[in-house]
Amino acid sequence: MSNNPNETKYVEVPGPGKIPERDKGKRPVLEASHLGIDFGGLTAVDEFNIAIGATEIGGLIGPNGAGKTTVFNLLTKVYQPTRGVIMLDGKDTHGMNTTQANQAGIARTFQNIRLFDKLTVEENVKIGLHNSIGYHLPSAVLRLPRYWKEEKKAHERALELLDIFDMADLADVRSASLPYGAQRRLEIVRALATNPKILLLDEPAAGMNPSETEELMNNIRKIRDTFNIAVLLIEHDMNLVMGICENIIVLNFGKIIAKGTPIEIQNNPKVIEAYLGNSGEEGEE
Amino acid sequence: MGKKVNFLGKTNKNSLKGLINFGIIIVFYAFITILKGAGGLTNALEGQLIPICAYIIMALSLNLVVGISGELSLGHAGFMSVGAFTGVIVAGAMKYNGVNANAPRLIVAIVVGAILAAIAGILIGIPVLRLRGDYLAIVTLAFGEIIKNVLNCLYVGIDNAGLHFSVTDEAHMDMAAGGTTLVRGPMGAVGVAKASSFIAGIILILIVLFVIQNLVNSRTGRAIMAIRDNRIAAEASGINVTKYKMIAFVTSAGIAGAAGALYALNYSTIVPKKFDFNTSILVLVFVVLGGIGNMTGSIIAAAVLTVLPELFRQFQDYRMLVYAIVLILVMIATNNEKIKALWKRFSAIFSKKGGNVNE
Amino acid sequence: MLNYLISGISLGSVYAIIALGYTMVYGIAKMLNFAHGDVIMVGGYAAFCASTYLGWPIPLCILFSMMICTILGIVIEKLAYKPLRNATSLAVLITAIGVSYFLQNIALLIWTSNPKAFPNMANFIPAISLGDTTISSTTIITIIASVIIMIGLTLFTGKTKMGKAMRAVSEDKGAAQLMGINVNATISITFAIGSGLAAIAGVLLCSAYPTLMPTTGSMPGIKAFTAAVLGGIGSIPGAMLGGILLGILEKFAQAYISTQLSDAIVFAALIVVLLVKPTGLLGKKITEKV
Repeated sequence: MSNNPNETKYVEVPGPGKIPERDKGKRPVLEASHLGIDFGGLTAVDEFNIAIGATEIGGLIGPNGAGKTTVFNLLTKVYQPTRGVIMLDGKDTHGMNTTQANQAGIARTFQNIRLFDKLTVEENVKIGLHNSIGYHLPSAVLRLPRYWKEEKKAHERALELLDIFDMADLADVRSASLPYGAQRRLEIVRALATNPKILLLDEPAAGMNPSETEELMNNIRKIRDTFNIAVLLIEHDMNLVMGICENIIVLNFGKIIAKGTPIEIQNNPKVIEAYLGNSGEEGEE
Repeated sequence: MGKKVNFLGKTNKNSLKGLINFGIIIVFYAFITILKGAGGLTNALEGQLIPICAYIIMALSLNLVVGISGELSLGHAGFMSVGAFTGVIVAGAMKYNGVNANAPRLIVAIVVGAILAAIAGILIGIPVLRLRGDYLAIVTLAFGEIIKNVLNCLYVGIDNAGLHFSVTDEAHMDMAAGGTTLVRGPMGAVGVAKASSFIAGIILILIVLFVIQNLVNSRTGRAIMAIRDNRIAAEASGINVTKYKMIAFVTSAGIAGAAGALYALNYSTIVPKKFDFNTSILVLVFVVLGGIGNMTGSIIAAAVLTVLPELFRQFQDYRMLVYAIVLILVMIATNNEKIKALWKRFSAIFSKKGGNVNE
Repeated sequence: MLNYLISGISLGSVYAIIALGYTMVYGIAKMLNFAHGDVIMVGGYAAFCASTYLGWPIPLCILFSMMICTILGIVIEKLAYKPLRNATSLAVLITAIGVSYFLQNIALLIWTSNPKAFPNMANFIPAISLGDTTISSTTIITIIASVIIMIGLTLFTGKTKMGKAMRAVSEDKGAAQLMGINVNATISITFAIGSGLAAIAGVLLCSAYPTLMPTTGSMPGIKAFTAAVLGGIGSIPGAMLGGILLGILEKFAQAYISTQLSDAIVFAALIVVLLVKPTGLLGKKITEKV
């Protein structure tokens, strides 16, 4: 493995944190400060601060129930935050819904896979491409040349994206009938198709064997390098997190308990305590 | 392992599926024409031809909402009745103004009927499509009842000054002498200037099929189906949920309105009560029996279930009972997990499809 | 004015009892039991037959009707809804509509569409005169019955073990199962209670409006669902409040606006409520799990 992430140098950015030195001068793609949400008086996430550099791979870890997925739901506006500000590529996401947040440049996968089951693999990717397909309903209903041209373009682009994971062969398969690992990969392709500036991956390696995980790590780096985007991932597989993330945030009981490089995190006593003192196996929120 | 997918090959497959539906309709038309020529068509059956066309269109329309959009509309007869009464008024007004030829009256009636039903669809869609699942269904039901109630109070007449409306009684329309009453409250439209024909019905089905199939096989159709399959994932993929649900709902309402105009202009009298909840359910039975999301199935189910009761009049009393049982059994057979697993095993034995998916 | 108010409250009390059945089933099985209204109709016919053909005394007729409906509710749940426990709400709702049509058409075959004159079974206490307004015995009994039922249900779900199990199932089926609660049995009991209440509603409804037909239950059923939504689905006091408000609205609309349009007005109210406050007057906001 080249490109040892542990060697990344960091620079402070005004506000919520620090970003890799190579992204210096570029605006952090995602900044959240004082982010929090309450559910019926119960605080699920509080004082969450993050800054992610334009091409950074970040990690979000923590024991089950720590609020990691809730953070993803806040960042993608599935939940509206009770407190705090989320800046996406310099734009305040206040008042945006999930659709608008995606259009502003944030894409995600889901912990419990959410594919469009009755659509084929290719159609799933084309949903991701939806906003870059340039024709309207009348051209479709009347089958004008524009429809054919744009559909052909979309088809080619979909296959190109599927090729990242060697899935072009499966284009015509119904997504529900894919094996588990392939479904996880398809979700990533679909998210990529929306042309995001930052990609959030919720437990991308869940259910994968070590060699698949290894391949996934390479693919995540490949995605970052080809698309020049940032990645933030939630993951329980520490090999993956420590091997790929440049900056890690540890969450427990909805609050950040540690922030730093993989080495810093590995040696942080608070993190060790949170994991050892709290190794329950209940499901994520 | 798999084959390389060819773009043209794929679209050909999709259009082929669509062509089958056009083929079925044309064969149906040819068959009926030959049967008629040979004198094999009973009067009762001949009288059913236009209603069959109208119900096929209704089934296609509802299937767009239920099958493609994944929402249950229980008020589709309401849109049909908006189209029906609009069509009757338009055709009546045209006749009053000296347009006697059927074709232009029918075409204008269908177009205006569809537009008004689509507008009703927008008005209903704005509140309804914010709701989910069961609430949406019950509100469409409520809407169907509201339309029926309002039409029951509606009086429309025409004289030289134009159209007159009243929601109380005939006298309040203030029509000049020589005017004609077109719609008479609970008595409905009387003395309708008939304009529908079987061939018009067939052409309308073909147009509707063309619109629906091209809609479904487009970015719009994909977005609608994505929302059906997983709303949150669709939102996270940048799909505007309300917009695409609205497109499906309003298109469907417009098509139902066209069906209503075609249907109403086949009778000399048409009452608001004709388009009640039972009619909505009848169309739902067509859709469910034909297979939710399956347009070919809708066409066949609508045609067969409209003709069968005519052929077996002695079982008239059991008709709705049988439909009820059909609804329950089809839903259980297609949705029960155990039965679904059984189906899967069956189809795995008989086809190798999907067998090469395993890595 | 007072007249309309009282008849509105009386009608609303019947809606409330029906709405309680909807609300409980919706809260626990997360399904709209479209056939609930038709169970009312069956309850009406059961009481009618026991009284008219068998000549049984009134309390026995009512008990008989409740028994029939309770069994019917359990059977419907077992045969039609249980196989669809994990299916989409679309599939369950279509099935429920099928059940509703099934009951109506069976009733049509057995009792024909000719209306039956229902004997008043709720007039065993004297009427009350308030100035020039008389409150009929049926009205008083209906109102009292609905209040007793509401209090009883509130106590039942709050205090008894079964009631607590019901609340647990309505919160989280999976967790309830892990805590050793028999989810299937709990759902069955919910249907049983809801259907038993439907029988009472049927008797009260038919006593006040003594024409019994196979379609008797469908309109009140839909309106009672409206009432349940209005009050906030899943909430027992909400069902009561929604029912009574809806009853009053309907009677006032009939009196002051138009008899023909009263249903339209009631349904328009439903649409307005869902627009303004989709969770109903006393409902809780539900956050979707992602």
